Amino acid sequence: MKLPFTLFLGLTLGASLCQAADGDAGKGAQIYQRCLACHSLEHNRSGPRHCGLFGRPAATLPDFTYSQALKSAGLTWDAATLDRFLENPLKAVPGTRMAYAGVKNAQERADLIAYLKQATHDPDKCPPGSSR
Amino acid sequence: MSSTTPQASTTIPARRSFLSGFGKFTLSATAIALLAGRDRLALIGSAEAKAAGNDVAILNAALAAEQEAIAAYQVGASSGLLQKPVLDLAVQFQGHHKEHATALATTVKKLGGTPVAAKTKYTFPVEKLKTQADVLGFAAELERGAVSAYLGAIPILDDRELAKVAASILGDEAMHWAVLRQALGQPPVPSAFVS
Repeated sequence: MKLPFTLFLGLTLGASLCQAADGDAGKGAQIYQRCLACHSLEHNRSGPRHCGLFGRPAATLPDFTYSQALKSAGLTWDAATLDRFLENPLKAVPGTRMAYAGVKNAQERADLIAYLKQATHDPDKCPPGSSR
Repeated sequence: MSSTTPQASTTIPARRSFLSGFGKFTLSATAIALLAGRDRLALIGSAEAKAAGNDVAILNAALAAEQEAIAAYQVGASSGLLQKPVLDLAVQFQGHHKEHATALATTVKKLGGTPVAAKTKYTFPVEKLKTQADVLGFAAELERGAVSAYLGAIPILDDRELAKVAASILGDEAMHWAVLRQALGQPPVPSAFVS
């Protein structure tokens, strides 16, 4: 049977998307170093801390002052929302204070998100109290 | 800090002559002069005003990070963990960040914005800073992050003159990062490209 081109294309693209979705946390740790001027896992910096990020509605840390734009965005942070935001923060949430062009490479975003997922669930990196 | 190496504290004296070469130059006022050239009064029309508003937000984000870097270097310089000439180096780098902050705040004002104020309190992982190498490693992390932050800001600045000055600051932060890595006994320039 001849495989229709569109099906072939779909399978190929699907495979590559799946590949991108499987982030490498080790590589993500290196990519996270780009974030360290403004963020850390445990402490608020000029950007908010990342401990407790997954499942947290955006702009809800009680001890950080967010832009009105992010407060109004109606986002809850998960792999999908992070992927969209990290690709182009100013496009995803116009008016956000995260003045950064974005992580354009999908695999790098997947790696970064994998690292964030792993690190924010590591009690050594995110001790009790740092996630709220 | 996990990014530091055990050898760092012992390799620093051997790098004394290398480090002592720094501290003899400072950033000129060129950046401030360039930034000061961007005057809100020169803007014409709503599109330009919108662009200026966008640039103000970007410059304020950079200013907030610079203010935090100034505070972080103050923690390092006051820790009692830094020995000369490393201490002098830290103070010099802090001075550069102060120059960056002054230039950024001046420009935000000239564009009609309000410069973000420095926080009254910053939280740093001081409990993890037990040696000179720990302090240097922490500073290196901040400088590395600053390089990426400016790399991420430059493409989205509407005013290309501001982008040029931001690139000038990026170069300075990259030099800080390289010198700190050298002091830690790490390859000062780890790769051909930075992202």
